[in-house]
Amino acid sequence: MITELGHFALILAFMVAIVQMVVPMVGAAKGWRNWMGVAEPAATVQFILVGFSFAALTWAFVTSDFSLKLVYENSHSAKPMLYKISGVWGNHEGSMLLWLLILTLFGACAAWFGGNLPETLQARVLSVQSAVGVAFFAFILFTSNPFLRLGVPPFDGQDLNPLLQDPGLAFHPPFLYLGYVGLSMSFSFAVAALIEGRVDAAWGRWVRPWTLAAWLFLTVGIAMGSWWAYYELGWGGFWFWDPVENASFMPWLIATALLHSAIVVEKREALKAWTVLLAILAFAFSLLGTFIVRSGVLTSVHAFANDPERGVFILMILVVFVGGAMTLFAARASKLESTGVFAPVSRESGLVLNNILLAVAALVVFVGTIWPLVAEMLFGRALSVGPPFFNAAFSPFMVLIAMAMPIGGMLAWKRGSIVKAARPLWPAVVLAIALCSLAFALQTGRSALGPIGVLLGAWVVGGAAIDLWTRAGRGAIAHRLGRLTRLPRADWGKAMAHAGMGITIFAVSGLIAWQQEDIRVAQIGDRFEVAGFEIELRSVERIEGPNYISTRAEMLAYRNGSLIADVFPEKRFYPVAAMPTTEAGIGNGILRDIYLVIGDPQDGGGWAVRTYIKPFANWIWGGALLMALGGLISLSDRRLRVAAGAAKTKTRTTRSVPAE
Amino acid sequence: MIRLALIMLLWAAPVWAVQPDEILDDPALEERARELSQGLRCPVCRNESIDESNADLSRDLRILLRERLVAGDTDEAAVQFIVDRYGEYVLLRPDATGANRILWASGPAMLILALLIGFLVVRGRARATPVKDLNDDEQKRLDEILRS
Repeated sequence: MITELGHFALILAFMVAIVQMVVPMVGAAKGWRNWMGVAEPAATVQFILVGFSFAALTWAFVTSDFSLKLVYENSHSAKPMLYKISGVWGNHEGSMLLWLLILTLFGACAAWFGGNLPETLQARVLSVQSAVGVAFFAFILFTSNPFLRLGVPPFDGQDLNPLLQDPGLAFHPPFLYLGYVGLSMSFSFAVAALIEGRVDAAWGRWVRPWTLAAWLFLTVGIAMGSWWAYYELGWGGFWFWDPVENASFMPWLIATALLHSAIVVEKREALKAWTVLLAILAFAFSLLGTFIVRSGVLTSVHAFANDPERGVFILMILVVFVGGAMTLFAARASKLESTGVFAPVSRESGLVLNNILLAVAALVVFVGTIWPLVAEMLFGRALSVGPPFFNAAFSPFMVLIAMAMPIGGMLAWKRGSIVKAARPLWPAVVLAIALCSLAFALQTGRSALGPIGVLLGAWVVGGAAIDLWTRAGRGAIAHRLGRLTRLPRADWGKAMAHAGMGITIFAVSGLIAWQQEDIRVAQIGDRFEVAGFEIELRSVERIEGPNYISTRAEMLAYRNGSLIADVFPEKRFYPVAAMPTTEAGIGNGILRDIYLVIGDPQDGGGWAVRTYIKPFANWIWGGALLMALGGLISLSDRRLRVAAGAAKTKTRTTRSVPAE
Repeated sequence: MIRLALIMLLWAAPVWAVQPDEILDDPALEERARELSQGLRCPVCRNESIDESNADLSRDLRILLRERLVAGDTDEAAVQFIVDRYGEYVLLRPDATGANRILWASGPAMLILALLIGFLVVRGRARATPVKDLNDDEQKRLDEILRS
């Protein structure tokens, strides 16, 4: 019964979305206020209906209602509760419902917090947002309905893909979707602005928080996915340049560019057309990502559910929305005249360079991702484009960005001087060179990758710190420290996000350059040495989990005779899904992780054992978290609180809710 | 009985990536083999190199590659030996021949183009005269928003 109500709510929400797509748009064109007024309540109703529908599906998973086809295919009564819930979005239909839930949530937020937007702009934004919703409602109801029943309900389900039964992956998709779908808000603002025919500083200010929110969720989502791959796939890889990973990385790169160019629109009234284009592109890449994941045209390790027919539907959505927006852009872009003037050397130009590097980097990833498809269709060559290509083609962009970042961030608006901007940065240069030489001296005869990573990382982190310090003005140190605490949060956010980027660059190159590996057969009780650590295989036993059987080893790591890690690497087998997984035993450390994996028993006795020493592994995700935290702090800046004005002026509605 | 069957299944589970018995005695040769196998794609997996893959075919390829190296092949010859048998699909780093030149040139070409356009735009901005396109009312409204 609850299931049917959920299904019904979804159909109702579809109807409301159609109304919200049409009525406010007509209202805005004709200037009818009551028609425009439909948008706000409709957005709220849509969200409540989809929320109910999602809750109904969750209920079916929680109670293991196997009369529902989706539950039967993706759940099992013996599965732990956490994975029963995360199973809701661990499959195609459910994840599309989550997508819709988030889409309507963002729409509702624009209705709740958009109180001080000009009336017509808000109506158009909500209408465009709802148009995206209509497409996805149609998609879910006509091709991927999660509420289909089975005639004869089976006794038990087929279980969720064991790789997905993991806390890290349980929350990876929601974050990623919050990011993907959050970019729909920037898209709606861009299209609404094109229809209005104007983009001004205020528009930049309204768009930025939405983009920032989407960006920070995307950052966390990508970091979570990479962290999951690190500990789950059994050899400590953290990034594979897999099509699905690229699908989330491209929107991230474009969103990062958009974030920066929106600053120029807001502060300097320049780069307007470009910013609107970036907003369209960012969402286009989100849709493309959905298409890649859901259609399976590009074979990938984690295309968990795919179907060509659904792929065609998403491709159509992609073509209609991106094609439509681009056409609109071509027709209206000339109206978006930029008024700000700036010299070739200025903060604006620095941000242009940032945008060029990020956008081209995203395009390089794009070309590499679709090249196998192009080569096969046009040239009849079946080939692969793997990590070696991306490492060679993409990394130079990161190096250039890292080199330019501290200087660009210090340049003055409108007209700057590189010499003036670079002068306060000398301590960062000295620090970077010193640490780089140290790294070079400590390592003997290995690749230059490690020292270069140290150089860039120290330069970027040092640059971010100096930027903050210069902002505190001149005078006694105590004064400057006092002023530091009173700096706008946006400044702190910028410094933290930039430093996080530096840390991630350093950690990625450090890990790749200095990791050590050892593969051997060990008898129980054996002790062996790997890179200055002593590793002991204490015991191996067979244990039974709730829905798997496991070979679990106890392994100990010593340094200079003292115990530093006691871990339990496992090899699990999920009988229902007939799939094995590895659970590495990781001894986390600040400077290095000890990463232990238990393999198969050997014919001559003993076990295959893998030991990896992974230097600075946690710094990769630490840097990403710092980036997201910087975004969060920036988002909480008073200047960015869109609703702050609404609460004060009460321009339109008494229902306006503060942004926090 | 079911329990036994499950345990049998467990034993039949695929082997994991590089096995201890595959490793060559000569560390220099082994290092070359690892390096090369990281650039070769497992033909039956989704997107894994033979170095990471658990598939039986990958194990066979790893052993084959090592045999070629032990037999004295150069890196290129050993890789070519496998490409001849499994096609260029196994190369994770596509070679820059024929149409692939477009792929390899796309990054630098797009960067140069984008820098050129960026330069022209920036120069245009520097020469433009500032325009004030807000009327007084709009300016007032904007100030109000920016103050809040």
